[in-house]
Amino acid sequence: MTPADYSADEMMTLSAARMLRDHAICFVGIGLPSTAANLARLTHAPDVVLIYESGPIGAKPSVLPLSIGDGILAETADTVVSTPEIFRYWLQGGRIDIGFLGAAQIDRFANINTTVIGDYAKPAIRLPGAGGAPEISSSAKEVLIVVKQSRLTFVEKVDFITSVGFLSGNDSRRRAGIPGRGPAAVISDLCIMRPEPETCELVVSSIHPGITRDAIRQKTGWPIRFAEGCSETVPPALLELEVLRDLQARTALAHGVSEGAE
Amino acid sequence: MAEWMPLSDAIRAAIHDGDFVALEGFTHLIPFAAAHEIIRQGRRNLSLVRMTPDAIYDQMIGAGCVAKLTFSWGGNPGVGSLHRFRDAVEHAWPVPLALEERSHSDLANAYVAGAANLPFAVLRGYTGSDFLRFAGHIRTIACPFTGETLAATPAVRPDVTIIHAQKADEKGNVLLWGILGVQKEAVLAARHAIVTVEERVERLDAPPNACVLPHWILDAVCHVPRGATPSYAHGYYDRDNAFYRRWDGISRNRDSFTDWIQDHILDTADFAGYLRVLGDSARLAANP
Repeated sequence: MTPADYSADEMMTLSAARMLRDHAICFVGIGLPSTAANLARLTHAPDVVLIYESGPIGAKPSVLPLSIGDGILAETADTVVSTPEIFRYWLQGGRIDIGFLGAAQIDRFANINTTVIGDYAKPAIRLPGAGGAPEISSSAKEVLIVVKQSRLTFVEKVDFITSVGFLSGNDSRRRAGIPGRGPAAVISDLCIMRPEPETCELVVSSIHPGITRDAIRQKTGWPIRFAEGCSETVPPALLELEVLRDLQARTALAHGVSEGAE
Repeated sequence: MAEWMPLSDAIRAAIHDGDFVALEGFTHLIPFAAAHEIIRQGRRNLSLVRMTPDAIYDQMIGAGCVAKLTFSWGGNPGVGSLHRFRDAVEHAWPVPLALEERSHSDLANAYVAGAANLPFAVLRGYTGSDFLRFAGHIRTIACPFTGETLAATPAVRPDVTIIHAQKADEKGNVLLWGILGVQKEAVLAARHAIVTVEERVERLDAPPNACVLPHWILDAVCHVPRGATPSYAHGYYDRDNAFYRRWDGISRNRDSFTDWIQDHILDTADFAGYLRVLGDSARLAANP
């Protein structure tokens, strides 16, 4: 194996993991966010504190959980509290530095839909719903979103705002009185997008190696813009890839699948 | 006052058509045996509440027991969609399903309010989201001290809450541990409560501060080993992840679902019978 042989999904997971700083208190959604958060813990951020909405605080799972409440999260946690306590004291209480979320649809202001595709009363597709995301997106000091890029997902307008990003942009989030600062970055399999300082619209700040600007435009449902000084994402280091693949191999052995989805 | 009794008797006494029922357990300790018994007894028109409907409510919805669902995340954890839930919402099969949709934080707070005998819960959430436009039960109130706008959500007060736990003693005091979810709050919010347990023991020997539900807040305690499978019971057995993945295929179409419910639940006498049939079908799925 050489660092040259890696997939777009691996680049996405590694890029997301790199954004978690050591010692951060991180509220983790299941699936891609959980993979990235545990990769960070096993590489550059050994003292990151992972909190799952089922109640484990300081979870250190040796394999990725399939569900949000797997036993390994409770067994490896510093403490396990009830679900009301997690949401009331720890999240709403303002103790979370970073909320780590996925999305079914996302718009240019990083508003997230996980509720329905189509009309709410008569949906074409009924999605799972909110889970913990609305309060994570509003109460965590900042939010990271990890999601694969496609026109079905990156849309001009989400069908339902389940979890708030920057609402209609500019200072609309702050004016609404929402406590957290909002999304700091959206990490996809093609690039990293960040909110533009004034407008809060997502612009591409870093492009993964080998990806063209056209490819990003084609997989985004609005005319996406590129930041001045938009750079190339640092390719995966051998160690990052080895740790990620070991983690996924251990997980596959334990569950028979590679990773969860909430 | 808790009474030890067979699960079928406890369900027959407590659950009636049209009741508002919670079967709680956050991924862990999900009371599947009790749900199967409700399906077997043919209850209809139930209003169900549960944070994560999971395969347990997918089975009850597909079996036609449910008219309304209050929930906060309706997927098959780690796998994908709940197909019976989706078919009921998208195509009204086998009967229409009304939804009362909340966030996890809302529903957890609403159980706390119910347990505390308060009419509603207050939370700092939903601001800017479409819940305030589409979900009629969520309102806003002004803090009487600061004027801050907060979300208000009605308390959840089930007629009956059912949970699964690890142990109960001879008197019916119940001990549970691991991921506790909202079970304690759901029991205290309800008028009646039934608990199924892995083990019947002489004494609990629980340390102080352990999660113990005293026998006098419960109606019935039922000994049902493995009663939470395919979810798990911490210290007893693991989550049956293979079942949750197989459920995706079984529940994906109406015929295979209907056959499964018939063979595994309607044609079995109790949960022990279900486990025997399930063992056969799991072996068949592994070596067709």
